[in-house]
Amino acid sequence: MSNQGLPSRPPRRRRYVSARQGLVGLLTPGTLWLLLFFLLPLVFVAVSSFMSRGPGGQPVEPFTLAQYERTFTTFGPVLWRSIRVALVATLVSLLLGYPVAFFISRRRNPGVRLLLLFLVLLPFWTNFLVRTYALITILQRDGLLNGLLQSLGLLAEPLQLLFTPSAVMVGLVYGYLPFMILPIYASVEALDLRYIEASNDLGANDFTTFWRVVFPLTLPGVIAGCILVFIPAIGAYVTPDLMGGTRGLMIGNLIQSQFGGRGNVPLGSAISMVLLALVFVAVFVYSRYGQQEDA
Amino acid sequence: MSLRADRRRVRRDLAVRRAGRFGLWLSPFVVYLFLWVPILVLIVFSFNDASSISVWRGFTTRWYENIFQNTISAGTEAARFQTGLLLRAVRNSLLVAAVSTLIATTLGTMIALAISRGRFPGRRLLDSFLYLPVVIPDITQGVSLAVFFNIVFAAAQELLGVRWTPGFATIVIAHVAFNISYVAIVVRARLAGMDPRLEEAGRDLGANGFQTFWRITFPNLFPGILAGALLAFTLSLDDFVITFFNAGVGTTTLPLFVYGMLKQRVPPEINAISALMILASILLVGGSLLLQQRGDRRQRG
Repeated sequence: MSNQGLPSRPPRRRRYVSARQGLVGLLTPGTLWLLLFFLLPLVFVAVSSFMSRGPGGQPVEPFTLAQYERTFTTFGPVLWRSIRVALVATLVSLLLGYPVAFFISRRRNPGVRLLLLFLVLLPFWTNFLVRTYALITILQRDGLLNGLLQSLGLLAEPLQLLFTPSAVMVGLVYGYLPFMILPIYASVEALDLRYIEASNDLGANDFTTFWRVVFPLTLPGVIAGCILVFIPAIGAYVTPDLMGGTRGLMIGNLIQSQFGGRGNVPLGSAISMVLLALVFVAVFVYSRYGQQEDA
Repeated sequence: MSLRADRRRVRRDLAVRRAGRFGLWLSPFVVYLFLWVPILVLIVFSFNDASSISVWRGFTTRWYENIFQNTISAGTEAARFQTGLLLRAVRNSLLVAAVSTLIATTLGTMIALAISRGRFPGRRLLDSFLYLPVVIPDITQGVSLAVFFNIVFAAAQELLGVRWTPGFATIVIAHVAFNISYVAIVVRARLAGMDPRLEEAGRDLGANGFQTFWRITFPNLFPGILAGALLAFTLSLDDFVITFFNAGVGTTTLPLFVYGMLKQRVPPEINAISALMILASILLVGGSLLLQQRGDRRQRG
């Protein structure tokens, strides 16, 4: 800027041209890959969702809205159950995760904070299937929880804990709780403690201080956490597949079954589009209310 | 206000404070138990001298011996084959993760550089587009890619007369497609924190674009690239759903293998296999954290 008009200007211009070529070179491969192997497949699914079922479950003309109609009628109950299970899982994660995030961020020793965060993250870094299996061994009919309750004399017969919507909900909380804890931790960590002092000095008790000062100030973290849990929960496939049985099926399982051997690709596509719409609602809520200032 | 009302209020506030303190200690305790008990139970029972996972029948290491001696489940010929499958699944997973991480890290870093250093039409659009693969459920991505490959393969057969089948290549393509975004987002965050004056200084001192990148941008960016690559590698190793829809017959990855075990017949060695996988991920994460910390310290020092 400052050397405008100085004799060094021509080489600068040449460099600008080569920078532009460089820019195209930087952008093309990755963008092309995403367009070809991410966006185009989604467009195919979107188009296929308006088509009819042909031989082998493949999409054929004529174009119709029948698949969406079936999605909302025949599979309406599963849609609602998925939304309900995902919402409850999000709420439970929030109730469990907020105090933990708060607790960690209030430790004075940074080593302790790091250790506590590490202990939240470590289960999260082990394979999802292995973690789900670990939870199944606790909850199953001859599992540890039933055994414990029986040996304490609280139960005569083992409870059927697995293969219910509640089991799926617990599995989702188990799987995605770190997604709730981390953003809340970040926003509690960024909280200016003088607000709490001011609130206390003005005579508010801890409950009032929490509800009127702390919680509103950490709301971006809360919303981010809720979205980060809700999105994978609503699209879950593995957890309901392994823990839900037939009573706990969710949208993901519906989609999978339509793309299998005796499937119906247009119907599966329509259900995928509905799932996508649900996710976009969540993303919209996030972009509207959940953005942290420097994240 | 009377003194008595004041005193009552103070007492109530103290009760609230005590309840809050108690809850603040109790709930993390419960959550950590919830997160860790299943994993610890699984590890403990991998040494149980019975295939049961609720009744302790004494200590044994035979499940581990079975795995390491290639004799899962009493050493029948069919079972020996299974250990071979496990090892092959591990190898497939590592290979897919390595190749897809390499490609995704390269392409993702390039996009990140272009977005944060360049000015071009559609820059903001591309920026938000990058977040799509992160938020769109893996089942939708997996299924749509499977539909896409189906169409492409049918067209290839018809037009070129070649028979393509899903396998290693389709898995790598799928993994790169979701990993580019993660890498680009992580690297961009690092670029945003970098002082642009460093690069300007390099250019002012006469370095050309390539020299500036190689001697200034890249070394400063390296921790970010490494973090992005580690994330991509982990996501690739861990991915089940997208791989599930785009794998071929001979390309079982580790998650697909574990899923098969859980769905079909659960071998008694599964606890030991799971415990080994947990151990491996602890070593991997611990190691990478150490590396990152050392890198950060060098940056500062």
